[in-house]
Amino acid sequence: MNSSKDRMIAFLMVLPSLIVIAIFVYYFIGRAVQTSTTDWGENPARPALQEDVIKDYVGLANYDTLMSEMIQSNFRVSLVNTFFLTVFFVAGCIVVGLFLAILLDQNVAGEGFFRTVFLFPMSLSFVVTGTIWRWMLQPNGGINVLPTYIGLPRIEFSWINSSEVWWQFSWTDVPQYLTTAGIAILAFIAVRYALRQNWRSASFMGAAAVIILLIFMAGLWDYIWRPLEFPDVEPTIAPKGFNAALLGIIIAAVWQMSGYTMAMFIAGIRGIPEELREAARVDGCSEFGVYRHIILPQLNPIVLSAMIILGHISLKIFDLVFAMSGPDNSRTVVPGILVYTKGFRQNSFASASAIAIIMLFLVAIIIVPYLWTQLRDDS
Amino acid sequence: MAANTQQYRGTDFQRYTMRVAIYVALIVMTLIFLTPVYLVVVTSLKDPASINLQNTWNLPETIYWQSYVEVVEEFGPRIFNSVALVVNATIISSILGSLNGYVFSKWRIPGEKILFPLMLFGMFIPYQAILIPLFEFMRDINLYGGIPGLIVIHTVYGLPITTLIFRNFYVDIPDEMLEAAAIDGADFFRLYTHVVFPLSIPGFVVVIIWQFTQIWNEFLFAVTMTTNEAQPITVGLAQLAGGEAVRWNLPMAGALVAALPPLLVYLILGRYFIRGLLAGSIKG
Repeated sequence: MNSSKDRMIAFLMVLPSLIVIAIFVYYFIGRAVQTSTTDWGENPARPALQEDVIKDYVGLANYDTLMSEMIQSNFRVSLVNTFFLTVFFVAGCIVVGLFLAILLDQNVAGEGFFRTVFLFPMSLSFVVTGTIWRWMLQPNGGINVLPTYIGLPRIEFSWINSSEVWWQFSWTDVPQYLTTAGIAILAFIAVRYALRQNWRSASFMGAAAVIILLIFMAGLWDYIWRPLEFPDVEPTIAPKGFNAALLGIIIAAVWQMSGYTMAMFIAGIRGIPEELREAARVDGCSEFGVYRHIILPQLNPIVLSAMIILGHISLKIFDLVFAMSGPDNSRTVVPGILVYTKGFRQNSFASASAIAIIMLFLVAIIIVPYLWTQLRDDS
Repeated sequence: MAANTQQYRGTDFQRYTMRVAIYVALIVMTLIFLTPVYLVVVTSLKDPASINLQNTWNLPETIYWQSYVEVVEEFGPRIFNSVALVVNATIISSILGSLNGYVFSKWRIPGEKILFPLMLFGMFIPYQAILIPLFEFMRDINLYGGIPGLIVIHTVYGLPITTLIFRNFYVDIPDEMLEAAAIDGADFFRLYTHVVFPLSIPGFVVVIIWQFTQIWNEFLFAVTMTTNEAQPITVGLAQLAGGEAVRWNLPMAGALVAALPPLLVYLILGRYFIRGLLAGSIKG
């Protein structure tokens, strides 16, 4: 097994795969970054798909436009939408998935049947799910008329085409919110470490919180959050807040993916030795207490994995939104949809690339540390 | 789990109410999860003239099969496109994934501690980030727009997950087995064909099922990298359901037809499907 000839062959066998990954992933990402710094497709005088089209270098102008100019206000809405979509989708999947996993952990008859039912939506395409739920959530039909069958008034809510925007806020204030949230989270973690007398980690987290505060005070955010072109018009044209029309999409996504978190939790619960539960019961723990003190703490790492996996799915979401509210709906727009409409409908390749790179950046923030820790634990 | 008969403290009555509550909750959740299925089946079997928003939930008065005939006609070549795409891309990416997994789990190659994570990162990226360069590249090599191009795309972007699943699977094969065969003079390929591959069948089942469902269900590449004649079934469904004045019997029948192959695989081989699902969270 150790002959150098065989080791050479082994390397040669994976080499083609490594090369295509190098091209299709890393070289293409590099090219997308490069494209995002040109004016390819942004200049009406030069048709984007013409042979030998001239692409001028424009630096970060496309990113500036995305963050400030009126014409790209739907990108800013899409970022806000992604935020709310991610929060509610991830929370929904974890709550429903955990509930189902605990139910199935009770030695129920027909466990296999129930598990099959809760997981089957995972095998469907998001396009199928979107098509079905679009019919389920028709404003004048579907689940809205269901209460009338038992004599109750019908539900009056437009799940996927509501134009209401809840919890509106100003785009200009977002850096402030993000800074506050970042400091609060880090301070909370620091205090928890301190209570466990883990001074090293506590001071590390505390220092990180201070750094975030300094970044904010030094005005570094202003390089990312450019001043809006028309700060007065922006809130009426493209209000920022929770678009109520996202509710339908969140419901459909939770229906499809909560079985996945359930499967992760079941696998986690099965990994907890029965002796541990038995010991807690002997010590006088109620069945509820066993979950509260023994099982849930053991599931913490799984909750974190689920948050990361589901979070990155939600950052990338495209097909579900496409099938439920269409690619041109300004209320439910997400970055994934914008890359499609700008890139493949309008041939605005440069700004589509800039949006795609921002998506990649957001996904990388959560996936890179995750991959790193997972593979480190592995070896 | 024999000990569990002892697990409920309290009186028999409390225990009994707890059991009832658990089953009621399970049945309610089952009904919620299956409601969309009921609505799809019922709507797809209704005469379009009798579908209106008020009687959405009623059973069809007469069974109307015509929607399925129309849908299959409408999908037409797209069904064949999806089959050709899925079969080829699944087979190629499974074989390559198996070889990669064998090398990454049993051989030392220079820089593997960096190369493997770099490869895995490829399955998490938003494909939007590579979409435009991919479009240019496929156009340059004359593979844009057709099923062969889509096969290449799905094979390449399937490599990280297939490699990962096989690697985690092969890690469990004891190194001693390979060393024993190596002492008998087996080289790289012989070790693979005579020791590793024969033990790989469950791994192949997991990977094939995973790739099959993923590629069948995929939409982003399907809608951006194909021209009209080469569209897969998911694009056909999106077109069927898009627009304002939709006759809902058709998209519902279409959804059922598009969902059927992965659904059947899931119902028959669910255990392997779940293993593929959980492999996505890295650890085997």
